Amino acid sequence: MSLTPAIRVRGLVKRFGQTTVLDGIDLDAGRGEVTCLIGPSGSGKSTLLRCIAFLEEATDGFIEIDGEPLGFAAGPSGERMRLPQSAIRPVRSRVGMVFQQFNLWPHMTALGNVSEALVIVRGMKRRDAEARAMAELEKVGLSGRASHYPSELSGGQQQRVAIARALALEPRIMLFDEPTSSLDPELTGEVLNVMRDLAKTGMTMLVVTHEIGFAASVGAKIVFLDHGKLLVQGTPGEVFGKPRHPRIEQFLDTYLDRGAATLL
Amino acid sequence: MSFDLDLVLSFGPQILTALAITIALWVAGSGLGLVLGFFIAVARRYGGKPVDTLLMLPVELIRGTPFLVQIFLLYYGGPYVGLSLDKTVAGLLGLTVYGAAYYSELWRAGFDAIPKGHLEAADCVGLDRSQTMRRIILPEMTMLVLPSMVNMTILMLKETAILSIISVPELTLVVSAIGTEYYAFVESFTILALLYWGLVELCGAAGRHAERRLSKYRFSVS
Ligand SMILES: Nc1ncnc2c1ncn2[C@@H]1O[C@H](COP(=O)(O)OP(=O)(O)OP(=O)(O)O)[C@@H](O)[C@H]1O
Ligand SMILES: [Mg+2]
Repeated sequence: MSLTPAIRVRGLVKRFGQTTVLDGIDLDAGRGEVTCLIGPSGSGKSTLLRCIAFLEEATDGFIEIDGEPLGFAAGPSGERMRLPQSAIRPVRSRVGMVFQQFNLWPHMTALGNVSEALVIVRGMKRRDAEARAMAELEKVGLSGRASHYPSELSGGQQQRVAIARALALEPRIMLFDEPTSSLDPELTGEVLNVMRDLAKTGMTMLVVTHEIGFAASVGAKIVFLDHGKLLVQGTPGEVFGKPRHPRIEQFLDTYLDRGAATLL
Repeated sequence: MSFDLDLVLSFGPQILTALAITIALWVAGSGLGLVLGFFIAVARRYGGKPVDTLLMLPVELIRGTPFLVQIFLLYYGGPYVGLSLDKTVAGLLGLTVYGAAYYSELWRAGFDAIPKGHLEAADCVGLDRSQTMRRIILPEMTMLVLPSMVNMTILMLKETAILSIISVPELTLVVSAIGTEYYAFVESFTILALLYWGLVELCGAAGRHAERRLSKYRFSVS
């Protein structure tokens, strides 16, 4: 059991028309670990995350969540078969997603955003759902802002609400796609701190980030994506330690201000 | 010739009845048009390419011709294709279809204005299509399209005056008939203008009130 990775990706290919964006990705994300996905712009990081969240359907290859196939499974003779919707939902529900643009629903308060799916999808009573939502907001330090609408919150607060919204559904795995990239620099800290706390609770996390300092200190594993291929992976020491892969060297040079300076 | 407002006002009861008919046609035509327009927009958006193309033609036809011409053709041309309608029914039908064509375009613009990420977030937390429609798309779109919907609804009121050409006993027909009969054109059309303007202001005020209530949802689309 403990040997099954939380996320297991095999031979994942994603094409948009003629463009191959993911070119045969093999990746394991260990349970209870933080895996950080880094790489230059356009290398396919978001696409990989979106395939794992099943927001995109991969063109080929397989994804397993806690050992269970997501979306597609291998048939008796190895052929790729699409699973029925009823088999996709429960696997998907183990995964929570946090977006770069927060994507809070503007017509609902913070509490509404967090409790919505508990009521509509899980069928909880509004009152119970709101109590649960309140507890999640408390964890991200925003119980005092429960009745605020997204437009009344700072970017950092909005992102923390978005994290609470995902956590309220008790996912086994949390995906983060550049959660601090659209924040002013002075607001990134509060979101990264929430993520650090979450990592300490043993949550499995797959994080696309340009915050090299965060990746090096919190990540159990660093994965470097380049042109749709997984170029290097290993512990922060292995990936960032010298001698480095020349592409990583080059990449770090461009992220000096994101905490990479300490690694150079 | 003096400005004899009292003469026209002595027809108060008839004018009020006509006003009631105008308001009824306006409210019913706008309401039905809004709903029909919504379903047209949904069908065009989610029904695939053939449905979209099929619905595009009537929508463009309605938007591309004067309401006066449409209502004339519907009422006087209808019987040639076996569609003999009472004038008020024809008026309401014409108004509804006319409104639906415009409202459907406004709804469509509303759909397009919702950031895709808001729907992906709904998908990620497990909301299905109809739940996303009810809980996310509809309310969010409503606040986006409200100002243009109010605008269109004001235009709808003014279009009801066109129904006078098929003798629907609405405000313009009744008041202008009084004017013609007693040579009191200026007086009667002044009354007409004031009544329409009053209704438009009322509608505008209601719209602004709704907008204010929704304003805290306002968000900067990122
Ligand atoms: N829906 C789509 N249709 C066509 N091409 C797409 C689509 N989504 C992504 N791409 C392309 O796939 C490539 C990888 O995109 P992706 O967003 O995964 O990169 P990324 O590594 O997340 O980059 P960034 O750091 O800029 O976010 C890009 O070249 C992009 O243009
Ligand atoms: Mg990206």
